[in-house]
Amino acid sequence: MNRKILSMQEAIARFVRDGMSIVAGTALESLIPFSAGHEIIRQGRRDLTLIGPISDILFDLLIGAGCVRKVVAAWVGNVMMGSGYNFRRAVEEGIPHPIDVEDHSNFTIALALHAAALGVPYLPTKTALGSDLPVNHPGMKEIGCPFTGEKLLAVQAIHPDIAIIQVQRCDPEGNAHIWGNTGITGDAARASRSLILVTEEIVSPDIIRSDPNRTLIPGFLVSAVVEEPWGAHPSPVQGYYNRDHGFYKDYHEETKTLEGFQKWLNRWVKGVETRHSYLQLLGEERIQELKVKKEALSAPANFGY
Amino acid sequence: MGIERGQYVQGPRIIQYAYQHRPTLGIERGAENGKLKPLNLPVAIFHFQAQCMNYTLPELMVAAAAREIRDGEIIFVGTRLPLLAFALAKKTHAPRAIGFFESGIIRDTPAQEVLYTMGDSPNILGAIQCGSTLDLMGMMQRGWVDAGFIGGAEIDKYGNLNTSYIGGKPHSDHPNPDFTRLPGSGGACDIAALARRLLIIMPHEKRRFKNRVDYITSPGYGTGGNWRETVGLPRGGPGAVITTRGILRFDPVTKEMYLASNHPGIPVEEILANTGWDLKVASDLKETPPPTREELNFIRAYDPTGFWTRG
Repeated sequence: MNRKILSMQEAIARFVRDGMSIVAGTALESLIPFSAGHEIIRQGRRDLTLIGPISDILFDLLIGAGCVRKVVAAWVGNVMMGSGYNFRRAVEEGIPHPIDVEDHSNFTIALALHAAALGVPYLPTKTALGSDLPVNHPGMKEIGCPFTGEKLLAVQAIHPDIAIIQVQRCDPEGNAHIWGNTGITGDAARASRSLILVTEEIVSPDIIRSDPNRTLIPGFLVSAVVEEPWGAHPSPVQGYYNRDHGFYKDYHEETKTLEGFQKWLNRWVKGVETRHSYLQLLGEERIQELKVKKEALSAPANFGY
Repeated sequence: MGIERGQYVQGPRIIQYAYQHRPTLGIERGAENGKLKPLNLPVAIFHFQAQCMNYTLPELMVAAAAREIRDGEIIFVGTRLPLLAFALAKKTHAPRAIGFFESGIIRDTPAQEVLYTMGDSPNILGAIQCGSTLDLMGMMQRGWVDAGFIGGAEIDKYGNLNTSYIGGKPHSDHPNPDFTRLPGSGGACDIAALARRLLIIMPHEKRRFKNRVDYITSPGYGTGGNWRETVGLPRGGPGAVITTRGILRFDPVTKEMYLASNHPGIPVEEILANTGWDLKVASDLKETPPPTREELNFIRAYDPTGFWTRG
């Protein structure tokens, strides 16, 4: 048995420690590793720094569960519905405890991880100039171009301790295929010191090698492979299942109050032990409804010679 | 306070727009500069249909937003109503427009079904490219994007937008109930900084239309004039603000926002009363054209449950 393949419980227990910085939700609204987030909550991690572009409700959930000390992100909330109430409660009222926020834009967070992935201390850009994002920001500084003198914003590299990345399929070494939008996933994988890969399915290396252009993450970057079907629910995984819009709507309604959030958390996270029991709670009917209804296969590419 | 989808427009508001009291509108339309133009047939048909047309305010806003997109342009499509506006423009007057979606998607056809987020599966099927955020942002920085569409929570008279901290960013990390934490920039700051033209959709309320925003998430024209150039922004700036009450544009020299058109049934006084500064009004103020039957048919077929347009 390949020693990279772990259960979610083992992977989180072994690789995620209190106080670490984690990049997750890197494809934006799709491929969000919710099952990993739930396990982090169940294992009671504390003082985490969360790094990501928009995160949909993943970051809001982890903040509400008390796992988070700091957020480095472009946006925290519920994309379809608006505000994330746990994020608001934490920043406005210090509930469940105060958190620090370093505001980025989607471009600057992508650049920060790209800089780390390239092994350089910063990258210059023209975005965010004139905005208040760089004001008192430890990772942004206005500079002059050494060649033309024009104003630029230097965005400091971010090296997360760990990336948690959801993919469609990978082989036992973690060579991973992703399709659909990839957001900042490639840079997040290369920027991080370790990487937990959550995959809908583990396939043979031959399948990965049959289409190397679809490999976004080479296996040598990967510390652990967790095979977790439906691991991204309620976010979508192209070719596997669709986005569960109703779930986000319900989360929005049910987490408006702290009591409501605690109930939600007990039901969907603390009250289930594994992804399997989460899916049982979700119910067969809902799962069938979210499954891909109509295949749309890409044309094969000829790699022969 | 806070920004909710339910608060995006306030209250139930289906506008009954009847033309009965203006039977000669088709003639009036053509009567600019005092010259009567012949009434052409499609216009006549449109007005006949308009006599019995009901529509919601979000439908009007989506139609108005779609008309800001020109054929053949590359559009950086923001989330929420812009998702619909892009699809509508593609189906009507801008079939050759190309859409960039910050998650990494490029499309030259509208998605086959309504989108709740740009990451929804229908937005990936049939795309011409699926790749990275950095590639798309990079192309926008390079100057490829003609127009970008975003929403806003607060705006000021030079089109600066705040979607981060209502009440201003606190000076310490101590919790402070005096301000409201909004979700943040996402890609909005980038689109505002780098697109050739910025289009904004937002509710028109006094507390949102401020003389000066508390925090600039997405830069407009700063303090006016050539401010963008002085801070190092390469191009761009807001072109239009489509609100729940009218359409506002910007003076080409001072860069101050002014009222260009009021929506049908909304008096100018009401708009002025809901703006937090002394809003200037165009000398050639127009009425926002209502959505056409074709536009409404598309919007309703595309958003059959009315999630975005009947909320």
